[in-house]
Amino acid sequence: MSTMQITCKNAALGYETGVVVKDLNFIISEGDYLCILGENGSGKSTLIKALLGLKPQLSGEIIFSEAIGKNEIGYLPQQTIVQRDFPASVQEIVQSGCMNRCGLRPFYNKQEKQLASDMMKKLEITHLARRCYRELSGGQQQRVLLARALCAARKMLLLDEPVTGLDPKAANEMYELIARLNREDKITIIMVSHDMNAAVKYASHILHIGGRQLFFGEKEAYLQSKVGKAFLEVSDMGGDEP
Amino acid sequence: MTEIWQTLVTYLQFPFVQYALIVGLLVALCSSLLGVTLVLKRFSFIGDGLSHVAFGAMAVAGLLGVSNDMTVVLPVTVLSAVLLLRTGQNTKIKGDAAIAMISVGALAIGYLLMNLFPKSSNITTDVCTTLFGSYSILTLTLSDVILCGVMALIVITVFLLFYHKIFAITFDENFANATGVKANVYNLLIAVITAMIIVLAMNFVGSLLISALIIFPALSAMRVFKTFRSVIICSAVISVFCSAFGILFSIVIDTPVGPTIVAADILIFFIFSLISFFTGRSTKA
Repeated sequence: MSTMQITCKNAALGYETGVVVKDLNFIISEGDYLCILGENGSGKSTLIKALLGLKPQLSGEIIFSEAIGKNEIGYLPQQTIVQRDFPASVQEIVQSGCMNRCGLRPFYNKQEKQLASDMMKKLEITHLARRCYRELSGGQQQRVLLARALCAARKMLLLDEPVTGLDPKAANEMYELIARLNREDKITIIMVSHDMNAAVKYASHILHIGGRQLFFGEKEAYLQSKVGKAFLEVSDMGGDEP
Repeated sequence: MTEIWQTLVTYLQFPFVQYALIVGLLVALCSSLLGVTLVLKRFSFIGDGLSHVAFGAMAVAGLLGVSNDMTVVLPVTVLSAVLLLRTGQNTKIKGDAAIAMISVGALAIGYLLMNLFPKSSNITTDVCTTLFGSYSILTLTLSDVILCGVMALIVITVFLLFYHKIFAITFDENFANATGVKANVYNLLIAVITAMIIVLAMNFVGSLLISALIIFPALSAMRVFKTFRSVIICSAVISVFCSAFGILFSIVIDTPVGPTIVAADILIFFIFSLISFFTGRSTKA
């Protein structure tokens, strides 16, 4: 039995004006690859905020284990418009992942710079270190942001739609890279996605939400479940969002 | 040519010219440092909005008969900056609309007050001076220079100390928040020093032209340079150079200071655009 990292008990999330998603009961253990599925408006982004510790739950409990502090989840957010024409080198961006280690110290120390270059090596972007972020391809940009996330935390990664806007080949490479991090470095992965096919191929666990928890469990069980079969059919028909 | 040089050297011996140069260069340096962040965060218009607020505050200060305008203008502008930057994301009135509303409102009320309670007989000149700076930079006293120096020192120190944090929250506020960097605190900090710069720059180029000082050097630098650090350094150099050029040019040829500096900034922007156009083409080919 591997160690539990996040335990969610009867949690309800939302705003003062109303509950967005409720009845959340799930456990994330070390080395899991959890895929969170759900349509737009199902409460995925609210759940992300809660997992990142940016938004307290309305009721119930979300317990982080000792090993995973509240701010120690590496986060790969969706790209913003600001970033598309941002003049910054790959190195500057990857190093900014070390920010939470600095506290009030104004500059990065040697270990932090070393960590940043180690992570660039791991993701095979060392040769891009001096390149400008806005000139990279979509897949390379995602690698840069992934390296930054790894600088912030090396035990757990939370990926928000990591292949949005990538062409199929780059998307595939990104998925393989994430799977490798999960397999070889034992990094726990939480991936929010529309992409049913990728979820089925890579994930070990599935959490399906839609206003409330519709399913949580291992992938094999999900494929046999009613909600899983229904969702799979829709995706196969190409009815899923782009 | 030697004649112009002679005039320049003669002028440089006057204390008011030296004061103007010191203040001008400090203001230029400060505004360019923050300019890059403001442009990238899509807050280019905040300079414009805040300077109008400062204009309104100045009119109110005149009305109240406060001896030193700064005591009213600085707090009001800082407060507006905080409100504008904080409420940028999710309020009923969206960021750009809020800026437009506050800036035009402050401008109108300011002018109205100036007309209702005129300080001098020539309102048009008063207003023109406040809006375009005109020659007020050449009437600076030593205490003005000291005040400006202190404020510039604060801005530069804050910027250097928080350089990496400012980079992090400019590039990706969500990520910064998620990893425990208090993005809101730093946004507040940026708002406050932006307001300080605007109040500083107001006497110098005038309310309407402050935005130019903030955005042009940043935009020029972003055309050519590709890392955050080089963009900041380049934008500071451009800004200081243009200001020095503008001040000296305006003294020798007798043109208004603010517009001359902005014209120099525009010229540099076109030159850098051309450079970027040609270098961009050669790397693609």
